[in-house]
Amino acid sequence: MHEMSLCEGIRGIVEDQARRHGFAAVKVLRLEIGRFAGVEKAALGFAFDVVMRGSAAEGARLEILDLPGRALCYDCGEEAVIEDRFDPCPLCGGGRLMPVGGDEMRIKDMEVQ
Amino acid sequence: MCTVCGCGGNVTFEAGHGHAHGADGHSHHGSFSHGHAGHRPHTAQGAGHAHHHGLGPAGVSVPGMSQERLIEVETDILAKNNIYAMANRHRLRALGVHAVNLVSSPGSGKTTLLCKTISLLADAPLAVIEGDQQTSNDADRIRATGAPAVQINTGKGCHLDAHMVGHAMEDLPLVAGAHLFIENVGNLVCPAAFDLGEDAKVAILSVTEGEDKPLKYPDMFTAARLAILNKVDLAPHCDVDLDLYEANLRRVNPLIEVLRVSARTGEGMESWVKWLSARRTAKMLGARG
Repeated sequence: MHEMSLCEGIRGIVEDQARRHGFAAVKVLRLEIGRFAGVEKAALGFAFDVVMRGSAAEGARLEILDLPGRALCYDCGEEAVIEDRFDPCPLCGGGRLMPVGGDEMRIKDMEVQ
Repeated sequence: MCTVCGCGGNVTFEAGHGHAHGADGHSHHGSFSHGHAGHRPHTAQGAGHAHHHGLGPAGVSVPGMSQERLIEVETDILAKNNIYAMANRHRLRALGVHAVNLVSSPGSGKTTLLCKTISLLADAPLAVIEGDQQTSNDADRIRATGAPAVQINTGKGCHLDAHMVGHAMEDLPLVAGAHLFIENVGNLVCPAAFDLGEDAKVAILSVTEGEDKPLKYPDMFTAARLAILNKVDLAPHCDVDLDLYEANLRRVNPLIEVLRVSARTGEGMESWVKWLSARRTAKMLGARG
């Protein structure tokens, strides 16, 4: 979706953290991205390299950790992990599922020096 | 003074005066690392004003040196946006203003729907924020109805964010019981992720777009409370299955409400206006209690 905007968000957070913790460079930056966050990882990686230029995270390695998609089934009332947005409920086979998790877009941690 | 972000201590928005977020080297697309070094008025079209946003990242390098270590960040990438959205929400609640964020593809008929809605709401207080990449055409159309409108131009940006909306709200007469309509940039992808502080997202979908649109762009329809199936007057001419539209909407969002509307003929508009009025009344009661 808006991978460039997300990277600008990441850059803002990196700059805040650099001021707070006084580091010069980020070596590795780890993100947690939910399956349903709508983030295209390849596009995010490309935008990351471009947007981080001139910041403490220039040249940093980007690692993306996937978080599972979770949905509430309106047929059986249970919450379950699903792989794909349109998977049926793994518990009852119902098709009325509302995502309740998997839209995360977080910076988890950074290795800095 | 921006009461939310503290940007540019003496920024004021007046008729015929704008708030240029363009040439001063900051972006409002998630980073919010803004300096607001130079606000400048720009040529505002019509009686109102436009807000321009949209440049690349600020050129800041970070001094200081330390040993290699791990920093736990655990911060949402859109955390800044969410803080601004929360501030907008608090302000709207305190005022008793009900805000809807109108989202759709380009060309679904958002602005026409809005102009017709304004005329049907008659004497109810309301205000409009218009988001587009360029031009003040939509705000001009809204102002022609007599309603106050602020145009935000996002430049290259593909969505409105909560910071832009917070500033636009400062320029609008928001009185208790007012409706605030925020017409987002025509885009079914990015606006889903950016909370503006609204009470509800309303997705507008026209019957010419294809029954499988909710399946192709599920995030937006999952985030929406109401879907308006617009241009139903065209349905007989384009072999469209309105029930399939609704089934697909409910497949991505079992809780979504659906209204079939033609802004052009007025069909279904009464239900939409009732929906708005009921939610506004509930909001006002909540603000009092």
